[in-house]
Amino acid sequence: MLERAHILVCGGTGCTSGNSNKIYSEFVSRLKEQGLDKEVKLIMTGCFGLCARGPIVVVYPEGTFYQHVKPEDVNEIVCEHILKGRPVERLLHAEKEEDGSLKAINETDFYKRQKRVVLRNCGIINPESIDEYLAYDGYKAYEKAITQMTPQGVIDELKKSGLRGRGGGGFSTGMKWQFAHDSVADRKYVVCNADEGDPGAFMDRSLLEGDPHAVIEAMMIAGYAIGATQGYIYVRAEYPIAVERLEIAIGQAREYGILGKNVMGLGHDFDIELRLGAGAFVCGEETALLNSTEGKRGEPRQRPPFPAVKGLFSKPTLINNVETYGNITQIILNGADWFASMGTEKSKGTKVFALGGKIHNTGLVEIPMGTTLRTIIEEIGGGIPNGKKFKAAQTGGPSGGCIPASLIDTKIDYDNLIAIGSMMGSGGLIVMDEDNCMVDIAKFFLEFTVDESCGKCTPCRIGNKRLYEMLDKVTKGKATMEDLDKMEELCYYIKENSLCGLGQTAPNPVLSTLKYFRDEYVEHVKNKRCPAGVCKALVSYKVEPDKCIGCGLCKRNCPVGAISGEIKQPHVIDPAKCIKCGACIQACRKNAITK
Amino acid sequence: MKTLEELQAIRDRMKTQMASRGAADGDDIKIVVGMATCGIAAGARPVLNAIIEEVENRKLENVKVTQTGCIGMCKLEPLVDVIVPGKEKVTYVHVTPEKARRIVASHVVNGNVVAEYTMNAKA
Repeated sequence: MLERAHILVCGGTGCTSGNSNKIYSEFVSRLKEQGLDKEVKLIMTGCFGLCARGPIVVVYPEGTFYQHVKPEDVNEIVCEHILKGRPVERLLHAEKEEDGSLKAINETDFYKRQKRVVLRNCGIINPESIDEYLAYDGYKAYEKAITQMTPQGVIDELKKSGLRGRGGGGFSTGMKWQFAHDSVADRKYVVCNADEGDPGAFMDRSLLEGDPHAVIEAMMIAGYAIGATQGYIYVRAEYPIAVERLEIAIGQAREYGILGKNVMGLGHDFDIELRLGAGAFVCGEETALLNSTEGKRGEPRQRPPFPAVKGLFSKPTLINNVETYGNITQIILNGADWFASMGTEKSKGTKVFALGGKIHNTGLVEIPMGTTLRTIIEEIGGGIPNGKKFKAAQTGGPSGGCIPASLIDTKIDYDNLIAIGSMMGSGGLIVMDEDNCMVDIAKFFLEFTVDESCGKCTPCRIGNKRLYEMLDKVTKGKATMEDLDKMEELCYYIKENSLCGLGQTAPNPVLSTLKYFRDEYVEHVKNKRCPAGVCKALVSYKVEPDKCIGCGLCKRNCPVGAISGEIKQPHVIDPAKCIKCGACIQACRKNAITK
Repeated sequence: MKTLEELQAIRDRMKTQMASRGAADGDDIKIVVGMATCGIAAGARPVLNAIIEEVENRKLENVKVTQTGCIGMCKLEPLVDVIVPGKEKVTYVHVTPEKARRIVASHVVNGNVVAEYTMNAKA
């Protein structure tokens, strides 16, 4: 029988770490207890996007959106909402209209501005059910491609759509497919790059967890277009849920005859295997990824030859990022013109961003290209917490750069971001407020790339290390103005001479902060002061004697006994003992401690 | 292996099953069943199930069936509201599974209010 209600529990990584598995099993037992298990459907979905409010539970047909759900709340939802039809008000994620009525969920600030193309099924279908994927025109695009289009026709459609690689580079996807198509060989391969490694980025992860079949179907279409019969998905072993759901999806597709020999009886063979990456950042670089897939050490290869000519096992290989594949089925089904109607002149479609840092609604958002940073931060993201001021946004992770507050009205697309010294990257977007030190941020990202450099080429291996040491000097107040110039020179040297994308982009965080926040660097160098109060070596903690009431709270909270003073007398911090942990500032109720 | 026809059959079957998912748009007809303690005691559950069965059998895709709490007229339960966009809400009282089926067929499908079951007829 048709179920009268559907309960969707978020099974994305964020909500899972918030115990959504327990919430799911609690629903199973409570629904049974109330005799509702036959009339209500319970499923676990992929990410809803609003991770800051997780764990999330949505009840249809009303579309009631519950946030911060705990296993203890499940009984109330079942007894009140499911049984009696009264939504549990205290758990609602509710924005109200002016007349006091509840806004529908897709009318809320977070969802209203979004356009979900890639994430269309995330948070709606059960990613472990191929039937549910089929319900939303699943595997229809493949059927259409094979029965109504030639391989060249598929590629022409992609070219016309203007889709560009979502992994960071922004190369025309249609051209990439064309090159792979034009290479002549006895075997070709289709590879999916799911080695998402930028700190704070989880777009590909969420898509694989929420809608794995969409990626599989797109790879099948790619196989048809370029003439390949074997695909590989290179996915990080650190993404256990994504790996598990991909395995389930591939298994189901084989069972239905959607993968394997003579797919769907349409005369084309295609199969997919998983390759698990061990977590090296450089393996997200396409040639290093191919080496790793072959079982070799994950080091980049010299290009050219490009993978489209000589890739996996020295055969022509098409390699695209997860999110790029996520667009393919929709372009085939709805046409290139539909896709090209979204976005800006040279960047079509949508982009998924992982929104993080100093922002209310951390989570996953998908916006049309050309949306301004201001819309993302102030409307979708809900602004900066604690009334702080927006200082900069970092896009593109360790390869990208910072966008200062003065450029908040920049329309986000590939070319605009490059023009202001950042890059789209894979889609990490980290928001920073006035408490963030830009030198420290640059140092953080550079430390990451220094760690992750494979060591094959010298500019990256040694250049970045030296650059890091200079940054370290700045944060310790030991650098000179000449060092700043030297740093800049070294940045350009590394960019021009490194072998692969990792090294070529590694200095970007330094260059862009030097460009937009040079005064902060100068302040560190000349006045030995960190304006944001982050760089420990340049900060000293002091008690303001006229504000201190001598309560002794700071003294009790200091882990190293650096604070002394009599009750009701102003206290004093001994700078020699102070480790600058900030515990006293947190403890003080009179804001009497400054740094 | 599933043939193209079999895959299409799965799509069609799942589409009906999953129709209630996705935010309600303004064009949907809403059928609301009173499911507070009073409603349940008066037999709202079989009524709800009958409505859902009917919606499924008739493959009505633009109909959303939901429940609501007590609206204060407990002696008239089970209560069922039918809300057709652009028209006034119609409230049916003392609904039984049989009456419910007729309401779906006559009002929801054909647009003819079953006047004899409505609140005004009883009052």
